[in-house]
Amino acid sequence: MSNNRDNDRSKVFSRRAALLGGAQLALLSTLVGRMYYLQVVESSKYAMLADENRISIRLLPPPRGRIVDRNGVPMAVNQLNYRVLVISEQTSSLEATLKALSEIVPLSDNDRARIQRDVRRRRSFVPVTVRENLTWEDVSRIEVNAPDLPGVMIDVGQSRHYPLESLGAHILGYVAAVSEQDLTGDPLLELPGFRIGKAGVERIYDLGLRGKGGTSQVEVNAVGRVIRELSRDDGEPGAELPLTIDLDLQEYTAQRLGEESASVVVMDIHTGEVLVMVSTPSFDPNAFNRGLRADEWKDLVGNARAPLTNKSIAGQYPPGSTFKMIVAMAGLEAGVISPEQRVFCPGHMSLGTARFHCWKKGGHGAVDMMAGLKHSCDVYFYEVARRVGIDRVADMAKRFGMGEVTGIDLPGERSGIVPSRKWKQTTLGQPWHPGETLVNGIGQGFLLTTPLQLALMTARIANGGIAVVPHVARDRLSADGHMKPRPAPDFPPLQVPKAAIAMARRGMNAVTNEPGGTAFNARIKDEAIRMSGKTGTAQVRRITARERETGVKKNDELPWKERDHALFVAYAPEDAPRYAISVVVEHGGGGSAVAAPIARDVLTEVQRREQARAKLAEKAGSTRG
Amino acid sequence: MRRGGAFRRPEMLLREKLWHVSWSFILLLSMVAGVGFLMLVSAANGNVDPWASRQMVRFGVGVGVMLVVGLVDIRIWMKHAYALYVIAAILLVLVELRGTIGMGAQRWIDLGFVQLQPSEVMKISLVLALARYFHGANLQEVGRPVFLIVPLLMVLAPAALVLKQPDLGTAIMLILSSGGIFWLAGVRIWKFAVVFSASVAAIPVAWNFLREYQKQRVLTFLNPENDPLGSGYHIMQSKIALGSGGLFGKGFMLGTQSHLNFLPEKQTDFIFTMLAEELGMVGGLALLSLYTLVLIYGFAIAYRSRSQFGRLVALGVTTTFFLYVFINIAMVMGLIPVVGVPLPLISYGGTAMLTLMFGFGLVMSVYVHRDVQIGRRGAWDSG
Repeated sequence: MSNNRDNDRSKVFSRRAALLGGAQLALLSTLVGRMYYLQVVESSKYAMLADENRISIRLLPPPRGRIVDRNGVPMAVNQLNYRVLVISEQTSSLEATLKALSEIVPLSDNDRARIQRDVRRRRSFVPVTVRENLTWEDVSRIEVNAPDLPGVMIDVGQSRHYPLESLGAHILGYVAAVSEQDLTGDPLLELPGFRIGKAGVERIYDLGLRGKGGTSQVEVNAVGRVIRELSRDDGEPGAELPLTIDLDLQEYTAQRLGEESASVVVMDIHTGEVLVMVSTPSFDPNAFNRGLRADEWKDLVGNARAPLTNKSIAGQYPPGSTFKMIVAMAGLEAGVISPEQRVFCPGHMSLGTARFHCWKKGGHGAVDMMAGLKHSCDVYFYEVARRVGIDRVADMAKRFGMGEVTGIDLPGERSGIVPSRKWKQTTLGQPWHPGETLVNGIGQGFLLTTPLQLALMTARIANGGIAVVPHVARDRLSADGHMKPRPAPDFPPLQVPKAAIAMARRGMNAVTNEPGGTAFNARIKDEAIRMSGKTGTAQVRRITARERETGVKKNDELPWKERDHALFVAYAPEDAPRYAISVVVEHGGGGSAVAAPIARDVLTEVQRREQARAKLAEKAGSTRG
Repeated sequence: MRRGGAFRRPEMLLREKLWHVSWSFILLLSMVAGVGFLMLVSAANGNVDPWASRQMVRFGVGVGVMLVVGLVDIRIWMKHAYALYVIAAILLVLVELRGTIGMGAQRWIDLGFVQLQPSEVMKISLVLALARYFHGANLQEVGRPVFLIVPLLMVLAPAALVLKQPDLGTAIMLILSSGGIFWLAGVRIWKFAVVFSASVAAIPVAWNFLREYQKQRVLTFLNPENDPLGSGYHIMQSKIALGSGGLFGKGFMLGTQSHLNFLPEKQTDFIFTMLAEELGMVGGLALLSLYTLVLIYGFAIAYRSRSQFGRLVALGVTTTFFLYVFINIAMVMGLIPVVGVPLPLISYGGTAMLTLMFGFGLVMSVYVHRDVQIGRRGAWDSG
């Protein structure tokens, strides 16, 4: 009985145990199925997810290209920027470490608050910047005290540095932090602390100077700590940018200008290379990289002499008598006057009821074109302008590069104004007044030019009417963001009669090299490097009839802002021209007394240096041969 | 005289017993544990410390425990089955009280040299107690619903206590392994159906008893991608680790998910994931095969046993073991919610290891005493 029951129970057990075992096997099979699904069917998907997990791509900012002058002298370089960082997980106490550190580099309460905040926001192994731009002295003091400063490390980054400070600042421009509207999608721009060019060639050639960012693929763990580097693409360092500027000349010119608020531009009349472009006063571009204090910014912006403005391309001045070559050439081209034809100058000219004065009170007497230019007789050019008409003068001025931007590779260039009937009608909505033609004939009135345009005009006269275009960088930026050598210059002719240009040059020669010329006293005496030029004195205030009676005030008697601008344009050497110069001294007084001597000194320096260099090259060539 | 005693009571000598021990079973368990040592070495980046060395010591102790338990007469285990159960229950209540008095949920009692988890002790004690209960019952008795009230209470009381700790995984294991014993004892299928339906009906009520994090785990299980950085993170990362391991794995100690800490708890609950990531599906299948072999041993021993108690104990322990394996692997593969059940003999941890080795000791005792007949009321009363 008991045995039977046991047997029944045993049978039930056996059957049910088999079912239980089967069920367990079946469940294990689902595990196998699941394993197959995950590890075989979906394997590639999960492999990708695993890589996404562990691989993190970091951007490596490329070093910014240097900017050098035409002789390779560095003008903008990258300086090592020492930063002190703290890694909170390596400190025993962040508070204590910062306290110890503050005995070496002073830390304000603000700094501390920022550091504490950064530390809280980031993971404990991420370094937090304590201070940037440490001096070498600070760095060595921290290194010496390293044992007492756990978790403190020194990091070296690169920051832009302009070793010449204010010299050439207007050409170089500066770099500064990226702003919202600068973002183009280039991830480099989103790197903290990245700087881009904001002015000057730093801005124009930013893409080339910037280079291409590299990437570093690193393996990170679940909390983001870098375990190792998997691969690295160093990217492309920014290209070095050679300028056409000659730094020695730039420095000489800046010193020569001294305290004046002025502009000097020297350019090669054949290639368009700008050798000198000085605008005074200047500023220190390093300040922009570092970040300007509010008071520094206020000083720069509020200064009446506009240190931030590159006067050479953005200063607009009436050209005064330097415009007279244009009027003369317009007259010759139109055939309204011949070089020999004389105009009588009694010291003034009447048109309708208005009376227009010559700068020389007693008048010049009978004046031909040579004498007109040589003595800068205003009445002669009133007459020529009257005969030619404003539109033909404007047309000639435009051919010589006025009234529109020259296209130089610098940002912020202004176009100046070359007035014409149409211009006045469209911009002022008024008809042209015949008297305005006369005023325009001596480079006053609505007419405005930049110093660069004046130098360009002179260059185009000196090279015999070739439409040279100025530039400051030896290389150009290709469409794909690389720097390429500039192609050999190939400029079209201006379509101006050769005889007219030759006449203008003869007149300019007389100004500087013939006794009685307005700049004869400022001539270059060395025959080989003589210059031809033209003075200009641009009036910035209206001289009333009453003042004329009582005697025109001398510049010395006037406040600075009301004094005349002193201008001078020239080219040299006279017989085989190579360089063109324009000098504009804001409120400097007379062109012959103030501007011409500056031009003389600078052009002398330019040519002397060239001679010396040629001799040196000859010597080197002969010793080699 | 000893010989005479043995004649009266057909007891085996120690030497005989040792002869009867299934050394191949111990070898099989050692192989499984060996896989565990390897994975713990990998988890420690090639170091024996801190995990593998201690795990080896524990396994060594475990084998000792298993042998001792295995050599103790099966009738002694049967005799003290209820006592053990009562002790385990008291311990469970004790931790419950301490957990209430102390801070937060505490699941163990610190005995100094080892942390004793009453819920683990209960897993084995319950098997013993139920086996004893059903040992004396014939099919007719088992067929009476009233007869099942006591064993049901024996299951539900500790399950409720464990659930309150809260330890969902152990509660489920207690219920399921007991269910296995009920089934083997001959309880009718429709009764299971009734209990199952009642449980399903009780789910909404039980839901309210779950702690917030338990609810979260269940919700997360239902849709892990919903919250990849929160609770779903573990499951997602585990699946990524498994899947990226592919067929042949990334190589020993080369699992990126495990070694870069994307995988949580890689030396404990998620150790199977690491194994499958580093050794691939091939490695996973190899381990599953070893586990299946262990199960086969358990079933074979149960079939060989001539006592109902022995059979129920052997399959009760085997089923508990199976539940460990299945719940853990299903969990790391995202088939069921994360319930915190270790991978038997492999996950780093002392209590589960000792519990299992004690259980296998009982299985061994069943094997060694396979031919011992036990009377209805147990002990030495019958032949």
